[in-house]
Amino acid sequence: MIRGRVWKFGNDIDTDVIIPAKYLRSVDQSVWPKHVLEGIDPEFSSKVKPGDIIVAGKNFGCGSSREQAALAIKWAGVAAVVAESFARIFFRNAINNGLPLIEAKGISGMVDEGDLIEIDLDRGIVKTPRGEVKSAPLPPFLQDILGSGGLVEYYKIHVKQLQK
Amino acid sequence: MGKTAVEKLISDKIGRLVSEGEFVECPVDFAYCHDGTGVLVIEALKRMGVERIRDPENFSIVFDHSVPPYSDQAATLQSRVRRFAREQGVKKFHDMGEGICHQVVPERGYVAPGMVVFGADSHTCTLGCFGLFATGVGATDLAYILATGKTWMKVPEMLRVECRGLLREMVSSKDLILEITRVIGTDGATYKALEFSGEAVRAMSQSSRMTMSNMAVEMGAKTGFIEADEKTAEFLGRDGKRFRTDQDAKPETVEVDASSLEPCVACPGSVANVKPVREVEGAHIDQAFLGSCTNGRYEDLYEAAKILRGRKVREDTRMIVVPASKAVHMRAQRDGLLDIFLEAGAMVGVTGCGPCLGVHMGVIGENEVAISTSNRNFVGRMGARSSSVYLASPQTVAASAVEGKITDPRRFLR
Ligand code: SF4
Repeated sequence: MIRGRVWKFGNDIDTDVIIPAKYLRSVDQSVWPKHVLEGIDPEFSSKVKPGDIIVAGKNFGCGSSREQAALAIKWAGVAAVVAESFARIFFRNAINNGLPLIEAKGISGMVDEGDLIEIDLDRGIVKTPRGEVKSAPLPPFLQDILGSGGLVEYYKIHVKQLQK
Repeated sequence: MGKTAVEKLISDKIGRLVSEGEFVECPVDFAYCHDGTGVLVIEALKRMGVERIRDPENFSIVFDHSVPPYSDQAATLQSRVRRFAREQGVKKFHDMGEGICHQVVPERGYVAPGMVVFGADSHTCTLGCFGLFATGVGATDLAYILATGKTWMKVPEMLRVECRGLLREMVSSKDLILEITRVIGTDGATYKALEFSGEAVRAMSQSSRMTMSNMAVEMGAKTGFIEADEKTAEFLGRDGKRFRTDQDAKPETVEVDASSLEPCVACPGSVANVKPVREVEGAHIDQAFLGSCTNGRYEDLYEAAKILRGRKVREDTRMIVVPASKAVHMRAQRDGLLDIFLEAGAMVGVTGCGPCLGVHMGVIGENEVAISTSNRNFVGRMGARSSSVYLASPQTVAASAVEGKITDPRRFLR
C-alpha cells in the first residue's frame, strides 16, 4: 500500500519538461532530481517531499526515451505516479527502475493537489477523498520486476541464476 | 480471421502464432544505442553483473547526440562508451561524424525486412518503414536485451493509416505525417503499431517513408510499419522476409486524402497542433533548422536547395543545415548543394543530431522562434523555456528562411 500527498499535472507531460536535455550529459547524476519537472514548474524539486505522489492526465512521459525522466522522479522521492495514461517507453522505464505506476482512468477529476491518496498496486485500486478509482492491475511478471526493485535486480534474481 | 503484418512478423520470430494484446518474450535480431543512452546502458550492464554482451555482432553504437562534444562532461561520458565498445568487440561502433543512429543503421544495411529491432532511443520506430518491427526503449531495457538477446513486449494492436491519392508538388511526406498526427492526436496510437499504406506511401521514396515512420512515436505508437518493396531492398542493399497485413485482418483504419493535402506546420507546444501553412504565414522566425532523423536526408537537402538556389536567407534570420549522415553530407557536397546553402547565407554543421534537442549548435534564446524539420516542438525543446518551435517540411523551412517569416513554399514554384 502506498499512501501520499498529491502533486497534480495535466496532459502530455513530456520527458523534455520532466528533465530538460541540457542536464542529461552530466557525470554527476544527483543533478537530475534537482531539476525534476523543471520545464513545467521550476520550483517543483524544492517543494516535493519523499513519499509524495504525482497524479497526471493523459500520455504522461511522452517524448524521448531518456530514462533519466523516470530516475529524476524516483530519486526526488516520489512514491508513485498515477495517470490517465502513460506513454509506453516511460511506462517501461518506470517499471524497470522500480518506480510504481498505475493507469487510472478518471483520476484527474477525482483529486486536487494536496489530497492524500492511497494506492493498492496488487488490486489496481486508487483511493481518493472522493472515492475509489479502479484499474487493471499490472500483469504478474511486471509486478515481479517492480517487486524485485527493477529490471536489473530482476535479472540478478531470476535470469542470471538460470543461466548458470 | 487474418493477421496483421506485425502479428505475423512477431509470430515468425517466436515460432508460434501470437495475437494482439498478448504479452510475449521475443528474440531481438538487432539492437543499437547512441552516445547519450550508451552511458546508462553500460551502467545497467555493470549493475547486472554482465561482463560480456551476448551478441556484439548484432549491436551498433552510433555517436550522434553530443557531436562534437559540447562540454568536458559530454566528452568524458563518450570516452567511457568508446572504451566499452572496444572492450566488448562492437565492430559496428561509429564514432562521431558518421551520422544519426537511425540513419546510419539502415544506410549500412545492418537491418533487413522481417527483423525485430530495438534501440535505446524513442525514434527507433523510424526503422519500421523497412518492413520490420522496430521500437525504442530505455537504457535498462536495452541492457537486458544485450545480456539475454530477448525482451518482453505486448503484441501491439494495429492502427492502419491508408493514404489515398498522390502528394502534390511542394507537399512532402512530412506534411502528410503532420496531417496524420493532427488526425490521430499525440496519444491516439499509444501501445499500437501504426501501419502506413496506400498509393501515396507506395509511390514515395524510401527516404520519405523514413520521415513518416520517424514520427509514429509522436502519436504514442510503438512503431510505424510500412510494407517492404524493391525500394526498401535497394536502400538497405539487402532483402529479408517480407510481411503484409492479410486482406481479412481488418485492423482499425484511418483514411487520409494525400492528394488534397497542402503544406502544413505543427504550431508550438504540440506536435498535433497542425495547421495549413497559409493560416500562420507571416509569423516571424529567428532560426530555421534543416536536418534531424526526420528530414536530414539527401532528398530533403535537395528540395530545400531548389528553393534557396540564387536566393538569400533573410537578414535577421539564421539558417542551420545539418546532414543526417556523412554519406548524405558527401553526396550533397559533390552535387553542389552545400555551395547553394553557404551562398544563401546558411551554416552547414557536422552531421549528427545538431540543434534538434536544444543543447548545442543552435540553441534558441528567450522568446525566440524556430522553424524546424525535426519532430518535436515541446516547450523548451530547442532552447529557452519561452522559445517556440514550428515543425515543417524542408520546403517550408527553406521558403521561410528566405522570407524571414513562415511562408508557404508554393510561392516558390518555378
Ligand atoms: S535528430 Fe533529434 S529526434 Fe533524431 S535522434 Fe537526434 S535528437 Fe533524437
